[in-house]
Amino acid sequence: MEFGPHLLLATLEGAVGAAVLALTALGLSLVFGVMRVVNVAHGEFYMLGAVVAWFVASAMSAHPAFGFMAAVLIAPAMAGLVAILADRLVLKRLHYDPEATIVATIGILYIMQQTALMTFGPEARPVAPPFNTRIPLPWLEYGENGFNLFYPWGLSTTSYKLFVIAAAAVILVSFALFLSRSRFGLIMRATQLDRETALTFGIPVERVYSLVFGLGAALAAFAAVLIVPIQQAHYLMGADPLLLSFIVVIIGGLGSLRGTVVAALLIGMSDGIISVFFSPTLAKILATLLVALVLVFRPQGLYGKKRA
Amino acid sequence: MMLLETKLLTKIYGGLTAVEAVDFSLRQGLVHALIGPNGAGKSTFVGMVSGRTPATSGEVWFDGQNISAWPAHKRMRLGMAYTFQITAIYARLSLFENIALAQGMRDQDAALDALGRVGLDERLDQLAGDLSYGHQRLLEFAMGVAQSPRLLILDEPTQGLSESEIAGFNTLIRSLAGETTILLIEHNMDVVMSLADEVTVLQQGRVLSSGTPETVSADPLVQDAYLGRETC
Amino acid sequence: MSPSARSFLLHLGVIAGLFVLCFTLSDYHQGNLARIMVLATYAIGYNVLFGYTGLLSLGHAMFFAAGMYGLGLAMQYGGMSPVPAFAVGILTAAVLSVVVGVLALRTIGVAFMIVTLMFAQSVFLIILYFGTWTRGDEGFVIPQAARQVLGMDLTDPLIRYLAALLLFSSALLITARMMQVRFGRVLIAVRENEERTQMLGYDVFRHKFLAVLISGSISGAAGAAYGLLFGYVGATFASVQYSIFPLLWVLLGGAGTTIGPLVGAVFMFYLIDYSSGFTNAYMLIAGLALVLLVLFARAGIMGEVRRRWAPWLP
Ligand SMILES: Nc1ncnc2c1ncn2[C@@H]1O[C@H](COP(=O)(O)OP(=O)(O)O)[C@@H](O)[C@H]1O
Ligand SMILES: [Mg+2]
Repeated sequence: MEFGPHLLLATLEGAVGAAVLALTALGLSLVFGVMRVVNVAHGEFYMLGAVVAWFVASAMSAHPAFGFMAAVLIAPAMAGLVAILADRLVLKRLHYDPEATIVATIGILYIMQQTALMTFGPEARPVAPPFNTRIPLPWLEYGENGFNLFYPWGLSTTSYKLFVIAAAAVILVSFALFLSRSRFGLIMRATQLDRETALTFGIPVERVYSLVFGLGAALAAFAAVLIVPIQQAHYLMGADPLLLSFIVVIIGGLGSLRGTVVAALLIGMSDGIISVFFSPTLAKILATLLVALVLVFRPQGLYGKKRA
Repeated sequence: MMLLETKLLTKIYGGLTAVEAVDFSLRQGLVHALIGPNGAGKSTFVGMVSGRTPATSGEVWFDGQNISAWPAHKRMRLGMAYTFQITAIYARLSLFENIALAQGMRDQDAALDALGRVGLDERLDQLAGDLSYGHQRLLEFAMGVAQSPRLLILDEPTQGLSESEIAGFNTLIRSLAGETTILLIEHNMDVVMSLADEVTVLQQGRVLSSGTPETVSADPLVQDAYLGRETC
Repeated sequence: MSPSARSFLLHLGVIAGLFVLCFTLSDYHQGNLARIMVLATYAIGYNVLFGYTGLLSLGHAMFFAAGMYGLGLAMQYGGMSPVPAFAVGILTAAVLSVVVGVLALRTIGVAFMIVTLMFAQSVFLIILYFGTWTRGDEGFVIPQAARQVLGMDLTDPLIRYLAALLLFSSALLITARMMQVRFGRVLIAVRENEERTQMLGYDVFRHKFLAVLISGSISGAAGAAYGLLFGYVGATFASVQYSIFPLLWVLLGGAGTTIGPLVGAVFMFYLIDYSSGFTNAYMLIAGLALVLLVLFARAGIMGEVRRRWAPWLP
């Protein structure tokens, strides 16, 4: 393939990655923004989503679309419930102390990951996509007869990948509306701004925290359900999305949702594109170093506002 | 000789000017009281003197040196000591460790002397956090003394203390007068009148009046703005 | 007896006990304990920063790995003998500590934790990236023939045990002494109240920086020793898991106690060793232990002993 079509392909692959990353990172960012908790176990909620999706899909013998539909509903709910449980049993008792909660969520990470190893096993398992039509992509080329449209060999995507991008976009937009328009969104933003004042206004802060933690986990799980027909479920699959979400949340400005989405698109796209042309390891090295240096020199992130 | 001088010392927080162009000087050996209503900028001012709060602009001179760019710990080593308005002791360490750290861990006797001065030398092994509030304030004061500073900055040492405890503090401060130069922030006017050689009144970040206690309390500006209303 | 005399006796007793154990234990436990002593040295290094200075690093595996790869690469490609290679290992870790210290200490709290995590992740990825030399995940073996010091064979279990004991005792005695002198007491003061310490005239940054350097170098020494004594160098030792382990050992044994790192490493090692007998999900134990420790027992084992029975415990 030539450079142009190759780049288009890389961009599409990048867009799928970016879409899923935006959802995952949004969950992490939400939890950090409202609760000031750095959830190191976030990647495991993603993994949980994928694993539950596999269990649900393989329990259904009908058309893969039914399994997938069921997984879309059940997996995020499960992840949310587990997260609420973790919040009640652990984080709440730590009074959301930032350092202690990091250590605790590291523990939760291993508990979830190893439980998956014991129940789901060490193999990677696929989930069938609900639909998967190959869509060849056209390319414009300037030749003797002017522009000419043709379909280069190998340049194609699938209907499912386009669906992933669309589904993520829908969720992101609805989430933004939910945050700005709904009552719960308002309550969440109030809690984020000032916990004490929220308390004095009678907002049940602890319940809000539980729900936010659950919602964050559900977003990660939903992202995983979307990706699992493309990537397979595996008990160690949480590490990469965790790292990438961290990168996104920190570059996007801790706790800033808009920044998070912009950064997710940026990182997800460039990760996809860079990985096609260069070593993915090198891309990750640069990204992690970048995050570390952003935190060192610009603790408020590149996008977010400086906090007093 | 002037031990401490500030020139046009200014602190701006966001849009709020907490301390504005304060020129101040303090002669060696004197007790100088800094008074003014809450929020006048007293803590901010001594914070900039000690290096705890970075100044927005202006200069601090100590013992003839321009120390404006020095970090706090170097200023302390040059001969300042600073006691916090909000008690800041090592709550989980013993009294002895607290005072030894303050003294610099070179001279145990000097450290014990400082504790003896406030009458806490019987409780060396007790955790500082287990002391009563009054005793914690005393420990904080002793820590300042243990540094054997040339300039001792005391930010409302008697805040929250009972009458009798305040009287005890007065005696302590007086016992230092002469050997140590003291910059004292104080709300209690009786204390100020009886201890201070000089008084500076701050209001909204600016010097309203400065001089001997008598001239300052006679100053109509001060009477209007401060002494007239403030009773406690 | 004065507290410092007591603590001296305690440390001497621990070292003597470990020495005697070497002649009484079965081969299996002797091998385990040699490994544990090296890992406990790593934990001692970690404790300097976390337990005494109050800085929680999530990236100490980078120092352990720096020591290990410094030694391993020097032996493998530089043809160095173990002693200078060991020095190279420590030096590599020390240089890395300087860089990380200067950068990461600009941050505090959660940001410090994440910055160290990210730096360690970069080091891990760099090891993978240069797989041609480091052999990546697979790692490489340091041949038995190369692991000879002064005519002694470090692959001999007894000699290996004694070498591990020498490393551990040095780290224990050095740090125990350090915590009695001015420098160590100021580290504790920084942990307890940083601003207060600064306002007493101590250079807080300098103390924290030296703590990172000492902590990183001891961790690096442990990593180098691990490579040398057990003959294997691999990227696993740079992974997140190996940054979490010392935190776990120190939390379990008692942060800010001199023998807590050993106690924690012994307990955790045997717990994991025992559970890996019937499940491959042995890290579940580590996860549970972390959660339970932060929830219910922040002081750890020796911290609890100190609180209840022995306030003098160093
Ligand atoms: N860290 C800070 N950030 C923003 N404003 C501050 C800060 N510290 C003090 N201020 C403001 O500066 C002014 C002076 O405060 P302060 O020096 O504490 O007064 P005083 O000690 O005389 O009561 C007050 O209006 C206070 O709200
Ligand atoms: Mg004040």
